[in-house]
Amino acid sequence: MARASARKLSRRRFLVDTARTASGVALFGLGVGLYAKRSESLPATAIRPPGAGAEGDFLGACIRCGLCVRDCPYDTLKLALPEEPVATGTPFFEARKIPCEMCEDIPCVKACPTGALDKNLTDIDQARMGLAVLIDQENCLNFLGLRCDVCYRVCPLIDKAITLEPRHNVRSGMHALFIPVVHSEACTGCGKCEHACVLDQAAIKVLPDRLAKGELGRHYRVGWKEKQRAGGSLVTPDVEHRYNLPEGMEYDYEGQGLKRKGADTPFPDNPLDSLNRKSGGRP
Amino acid sequence: MKMNRRDFIKTNAIAATAAAAGVSMPGVSQALTREEIKIRWDKAPCRFCGTGCSVLVGTKNGRVVATQGDPDAPVNRGLNCIKGYFLSKIMYGKDRLTQPLLRMKNGKYDKNGEFTPITWDQAFDIMAEKWKETLKKKGPTAVGMFGSGQWTVWEGYAASKLYKAGFRSNNIDPNARHCMASAVGAFIRGFGSDEPMGCYDDLEHADVFVLWGSNMAEMHPILWSRLSDTRLTKPGSEVHVLSTYRNRCFDLADNGMVFKPQTDLAILNFIANYIIRNKAYNKDFIGKHVNFTKTVTDIGYGLRPTHPLEKKAKNPGKGKISKISFEEYAKSVEPYTLEYVSELSGVPKAQLLKLAKVYADPKKKVASYWTMGFNQHSRGVWVNGLLYNVHLLMGKISEPGNSPFSLTGQPSACGTAREVGTFAHRLPADLVVKKKAHRDFAEKIWKLPEGTIPAKPGYHAVLQNRMLKDGKLNAYWVMCNNNMQAAANMNEETYPGYRNPENFIVVSDPYPTVTAQAADLILPTAMWTEKEGAYGNAERRTQFWRQQVKAPGEAKSDLWQIMEFSKRFKVEEVWPEALIAKKPEYRGKTLYEILFRNGQVDKYPKQPVTDDRGNVYDNDEMEHFGFYVQKGLFEEYRLFGTQGPKKGHNLGEFDQYHKVRGMRWPVVNGKETLWRYREGYDPFVKPGEGVKFYGKPDGRANIIFAPYEPPAESPDAEYDLWLSTGRVLEHWHSGSMTRRVPELYRAFPDAVVFMHPDDARARGLRRGMMAKVMSRRGEIEVQVETRGRNRPPRGLVFIPWFDAGRLVNKLTLDATDPLSKETDYKKCAVKVVKA
Repeated sequence: MARASARKLSRRRFLVDTARTASGVALFGLGVGLYAKRSESLPATAIRPPGAGAEGDFLGACIRCGLCVRDCPYDTLKLALPEEPVATGTPFFEARKIPCEMCEDIPCVKACPTGALDKNLTDIDQARMGLAVLIDQENCLNFLGLRCDVCYRVCPLIDKAITLEPRHNVRSGMHALFIPVVHSEACTGCGKCEHACVLDQAAIKVLPDRLAKGELGRHYRVGWKEKQRAGGSLVTPDVEHRYNLPEGMEYDYEGQGLKRKGADTPFPDNPLDSLNRKSGGRP
Repeated sequence: MKMNRRDFIKTNAIAATAAAAGVSMPGVSQALTREEIKIRWDKAPCRFCGTGCSVLVGTKNGRVVATQGDPDAPVNRGLNCIKGYFLSKIMYGKDRLTQPLLRMKNGKYDKNGEFTPITWDQAFDIMAEKWKETLKKKGPTAVGMFGSGQWTVWEGYAASKLYKAGFRSNNIDPNARHCMASAVGAFIRGFGSDEPMGCYDDLEHADVFVLWGSNMAEMHPILWSRLSDTRLTKPGSEVHVLSTYRNRCFDLADNGMVFKPQTDLAILNFIANYIIRNKAYNKDFIGKHVNFTKTVTDIGYGLRPTHPLEKKAKNPGKGKISKISFEEYAKSVEPYTLEYVSELSGVPKAQLLKLAKVYADPKKKVASYWTMGFNQHSRGVWVNGLLYNVHLLMGKISEPGNSPFSLTGQPSACGTAREVGTFAHRLPADLVVKKKAHRDFAEKIWKLPEGTIPAKPGYHAVLQNRMLKDGKLNAYWVMCNNNMQAAANMNEETYPGYRNPENFIVVSDPYPTVTAQAADLILPTAMWTEKEGAYGNAERRTQFWRQQVKAPGEAKSDLWQIMEFSKRFKVEEVWPEALIAKKPEYRGKTLYEILFRNGQVDKYPKQPVTDDRGNVYDNDEMEHFGFYVQKGLFEEYRLFGTQGPKKGHNLGEFDQYHKVRGMRWPVVNGKETLWRYREGYDPFVKPGEGVKFYGKPDGRANIIFAPYEPPAESPDAEYDLWLSTGRVLEHWHSGSMTRRVPELYRAFPDAVVFMHPDDARARGLRRGMMAKVMSRRGEIEVQVETRGRNRPPRGLVFIPWFDAGRLVNKLTLDATDPLSKETDYKKCAVKVVKA
């Protein structure tokens, strides 16, 4: 009940807010310019519904009807108010407040009468609302070695969109750090991680793709990824290598390099090998 | 840098302004540091699980304002899990209970009245009235208490003493019955002495880790990070995981196995069979240190005797073991072939073989860990024992890295429930009420006349609920646990007893839990660092803490409540004349005087509690009773370990524990014991003996054959799914503390039913929809989760039990292990439909 009433905006309140915004705009003398600019750029915290596509295209197609907001069962989506830095009347959500629950039937997309939310999106896992980024690696509890990993466990695509990469904790010497890593090929930007982050300010945040992603120079390829993609080496593997080695030693070309044959202990299996070593009887 | 008061205020003001404006000012950080200095830091073990991480508690102006992982603690080295991160918030839920509340109508107690604030005096008046009335009418078997593995050591000790010696009733049992009783049963049957032989150092020494029904990744997060680190850094190390559904441990597993519920019994017998067929067993070890035995079979399921399953069983509740030869043992495990067990368990042959091989390889050090998957099992004692069989066959036990290790779920399941012996059949330091010599010894230490302690074990946890319902247990005190949310089959076996008009139910708790809601009298309780305390963790480590802050309002510690209540009874009101006649000097005295002013407990006078940094701490119990209560109780309790008939339970001196971050018992001449039963590590094993399981008269451990037997209830055409219950990392037990931390509530708000997407689809359900989960005993509504942390196979659903709004114990069956009396919370049959 409380949620529903909070969502409703009274006519009076709307007028007041609009007047306030208008006077503010006039006061700063920015006028329509600001308003126009606002409709192009979106603040980093505002996430568009699933299937929204590029911001420019979306704004062109969205008729501000509010049907997607009406059909969102979790009150995630809301319509931008005039004083908000999002094009007025367009749908968005803030992950830290209410994230997208990734409904299997995607009611917001179904409700959209114009195709501003792409009807071809039928599998919610294919949605790309944004990308989660673990921004604050200084305060993230898992980077400190604590066992939080709440963002990981709350992720609807656990082990795909977020994985935990174990690393040795050099400070404690005996614990593993579990570093949360977001994978852009699977992250939908639903924001469950940002919402659930237990810090006072979330260390992980969903950002629009354009802010979240780096891009590798086109002149370079990551060798091991290319090898994996090709299913093997891109060039013919080497013929067998042979080495000059003392007795009892071997060299593992693709593995650990120099090692003792069958080495569980520093001693050869045959005691005579130690006893008859050519050392003139010296231990 | 020196600063006067004026400067300080000024700088603070600047800091605040600067902070508001989002800029940093030079000199400001020093001022804030000075603020930090005013925080007093002192050590304490974490309030939650059995891992026993240590934290530093930061107190300022009488309030815990912060905590930090203790960087000098050997268990966690400064780390915490997410529950530990929020420790400072658990005492400050808005709805803390601060005064006694009695159900009243028209100014008088009424079972159907409204909870009304009363004074402590009034509370003890009505309690004493009810207890005395019950004792007079029905005798000591009609009064009882349900205690806790979260009690401090001295709270458990005082409660046990009040019941067993004071009221002469053995009807005291801890919630540890629901969690560790099966482990205890197997320790006693196998080794004659409770608790693990190894310690957490095994996490670094082992080559191979096998998890049997332990979701360590979530339930023992810090131990999991130690295990993971070894897996990462030690070449050749492996992790094997067995569970009835995929959990977070599978992430790291080299060999992750999902088996059909209950078939762990068969898998373990297969491993033993494999070891024997391949002649891999350690002949020397079993020749010197092991007896071969078998246990009585077809033992029922610990249900009410009228239940068809109990009538059908040939030997309900029987646990007798008898000696057999090695050959007979080998023949017993022979039917457990790879083919048969793979078929039965659903685990592919290659994976079973991989598992058997690591146990059978004499060069690989194997540490096996288990928690509730083994213990909450209708054959819990058996399955614990079958794992010891495997370790004993190989001699892989009691040395660094070779370690069958039972993990505990509660912070002091070991330290209090087990070591103090707050069970219906136990006394401190592994003594039992059944043995005359043990009772005699306890009576000697407690300065009681011979025959004070009754010989018959009292009602265990599950039986207590049944007896409350049947009207045979009438005055009942629930302390430091939330059994209305925990005990299985709540609708039929728990709730009716609490609301039975014949009964008077008292619940002591810091918060209004569902158990408190069902009570007649609620007593507000001081928690964690609001009192001086001691916990014992899973690796036999006893850890102390000082009182850091005062409890809110009228809230009092469990210890205060127990001792204060004992003042209400004159010995003539509780003991028969014949008994008093044996100790006439007790005539006219109160139980308080007999139990707690006996020259031992009150031996240490009131003194300031200080640390070596010059801080002074409160001790509200010492202040109230006029002597150092905790020290007196502990030093008396310690006599059971140092002088008692069971070897190897020695604890260190009280004062020493305040100076260290715990010590692992047995502590002899100030030295701790890391690995028990092994010469060199264990002071009770003499030079030349090598290994000695001295808990047994002949120094030999028992290999106990037990077969596979089916569970009490399996899915059928109507109730077509298995239900397993358990925990999640974010919440601890019934959630009464963690669900009051907003951040943890947000991280995992309500319980969900984890199920396979195909199982959901087949029932017209989708992720996020509400489903009704029904068993023969009750139903609940929960949201469907087909993604996320737990991935059950088809045919099984998992629901965590932390959520007071969705009580999964309405569904669970009160089938128990007939030997340990521990409930099987992992297996019952349910159906799921659209809500």
